[in-house]
Amino acid sequence: MEKWADNKAWFLVLPVFVVVAFSAIIPLMTVVNYSLQDIFGPGNAVFVGTEWFKEMLTDTRLHDALGRQFIFSSLVLMIEIPLGILIALAMPKKGWGASASLVTLAIPLLIPWNVIGTIWIIFTRPDIGLFGVGINSLNLLDVPFDHTARPSYAWVTLMAMEVWHWTPLVALLCYAGLRAIPEAYYQAAKIDGASSWAVFRYIQLPKMRGVLTIAILLRWMDSFLIYAEPFALTGGGPGNSTTFLSIYLVKLATGQFDLGPAAAFSLIYFLIVLLFCFIFYQALLNVGKGEKTS
Amino acid sequence: MGLKIQNVTKVVGGETHLRQIDLAFEKGSRNVLLGRTLSGKTSLLRIMAGLDRPSSGKIIIDGQDMTGVSVRKRSIAMVYQQFINYPSLTVYNNIASPLKITGIPKKEVDRRVRETAEMLHLEDMLDRIPAELSGGQQQRTAIARALVKDAQLLLLDEPLVNLDYKLREELRVELQEIFRKRSAIVVYTTTEPSEALMLGGNVVVLDEGRVLQTGATATAYQRPETLRAAEVFSDPPINALESAVTNGRAVMGDNIPVPLTGHLTDLADGSYRFAFRSNNLWLSSQTDGDLAITGTVELAEINGSETFIYVHHGKSAFVVQQEGVHPFAMGNEITVFIDPKHFFVYGTAGQLVAAPPAAGPTA
Repeated sequence: MEKWADNKAWFLVLPVFVVVAFSAIIPLMTVVNYSLQDIFGPGNAVFVGTEWFKEMLTDTRLHDALGRQFIFSSLVLMIEIPLGILIALAMPKKGWGASASLVTLAIPLLIPWNVIGTIWIIFTRPDIGLFGVGINSLNLLDVPFDHTARPSYAWVTLMAMEVWHWTPLVALLCYAGLRAIPEAYYQAAKIDGASSWAVFRYIQLPKMRGVLTIAILLRWMDSFLIYAEPFALTGGGPGNSTTFLSIYLVKLATGQFDLGPAAAFSLIYFLIVLLFCFIFYQALLNVGKGEKTS
Repeated sequence: MGLKIQNVTKVVGGETHLRQIDLAFEKGSRNVLLGRTLSGKTSLLRIMAGLDRPSSGKIIIDGQDMTGVSVRKRSIAMVYQQFINYPSLTVYNNIASPLKITGIPKKEVDRRVRETAEMLHLEDMLDRIPAELSGGQQQRTAIARALVKDAQLLLLDEPLVNLDYKLREELRVELQEIFRKRSAIVVYTTTEPSEALMLGGNVVVLDEGRVLQTGATATAYQRPETLRAAEVFSDPPINALESAVTNGRAVMGDNIPVPLTGHLTDLADGSYRFAFRSNNLWLSSQTDGDLAITGTVELAEINGSETFIYVHHGKSAFVVQQEGVHPFAMGNEITVFIDPKHFFVYGTAGQLVAAPPAAGPTA
């Protein structure tokens, strides 16, 4: 009895355990279960071992989607991070300007993803969209702008969407990081006669390391999982040009009902995201430590 | 080089931070700005540095009006209360950073960095970054950064306040040595009278943006010219009891007769305030001339190996500072003793009337 009383605290952990079990462990294990079986119908499945994994790892369509995904995520990061930092640096530090810019920045973050897709589809439509009609009236493009006309047009539209949607998050994070730097740092730099580039390079950037790590990880993961925007825009087209990993996965799972391969794919997808987050985190943890001034 | 502050006033958003400050600092002098929080110490330092412009008044350096001259064009160095270093640079590069833009040859930079690092015992930390150092070492790095360029004006804004007791003591002693060898004007701000006394040199007692007193630190401690200056320059603040002299007889506080001998002889009739520092009070009679003051204990605060006893006496209150740990219950009656030779006498307007004779030779 006494031992029982001493261990009552375990009950406090129980709710968390139940929540995690239902939200993560059970669904994940279901996927693991599917990935090892060939499913013909309800109650009709055959254990196939690692066959689906082998199939998926050698699937050229998956390789292509993965390649596209890497290019897309890298391009998006290369635009969003510097742009976010620039916006944060340019934002007013106090007064009504600061509040106004914070609210303005937050607007894209509040809009649901599929609505953003719709907004941009309308915006870029060649018949009624402001951008579509505008750019075509300039007659600069050999093929008139229409996101279903050329892969590059679809890509430009998608990137614009993603950058418009998520740069504000990076900017807000950086802004918070910048505001946390004590005024004395800037004074000390002034006394040293440091240029504004040196202030950015040796004070602001290192002091933003923490928030930038979070921003890069979040944006990498999220852009790697992009689904709603290409789905709304062209459903992965034209051709397969915007068929990213998640689009391909959904086609496989709910389009073709290949649950086994799709489950194996999901796990591989998950591990890739995890692996890259780990790599980024390690790299960001150690970058620029004890660097030399030039 | 000499630095003169002429009639400087600083008003920020309708609030007066500094009122008509006139000060002069000489080359090679060590100066302490002593004042409580919000007394204007930091505002004054920032104006001296050129980080802020005074609302009115002038800053004269070597006879030249430098009031509006940018901080970049002045030869100054500053150490802050927070530990300010470049976060991603090693200690070596941090110390070298103020020399980068001066165009000094690399070899000379290296020599000076190592020399300064050695002075502050940082030789073994040169390859680390600030986040890998203790607080004390971070502040040592910041001090080294300030010292390395040999600026003509070295400003330290409560540099030791964020360090623990032991480190503070240690650095205080070292800083004294370091300052002694400098030809720069050193200005050091502090809230602690004991720190001011330890650093010596000259003191500027600031209160609510006003200069209360200037002069040699020891003299200012021995003869605070106003009761307010005495309060700022005593920790705990100096005690003062209402007193009156009538027909050559003095009565203090709750009817305690005070013999008018020594420096108290010749006090004219009138109202005064007799002030005495907490460390001159004793729990037992030390000499025959001691006065006994009775009161009730409001609070006994044990701080390290000392006890501060807050005593209520008549309409006023005072603090007794005693070596050792003395537990006192609240509300208990207490009798404390003081030799009247320690009394400062202030007039009703707070001006000094008589001070205890100084023990040592003073100016």
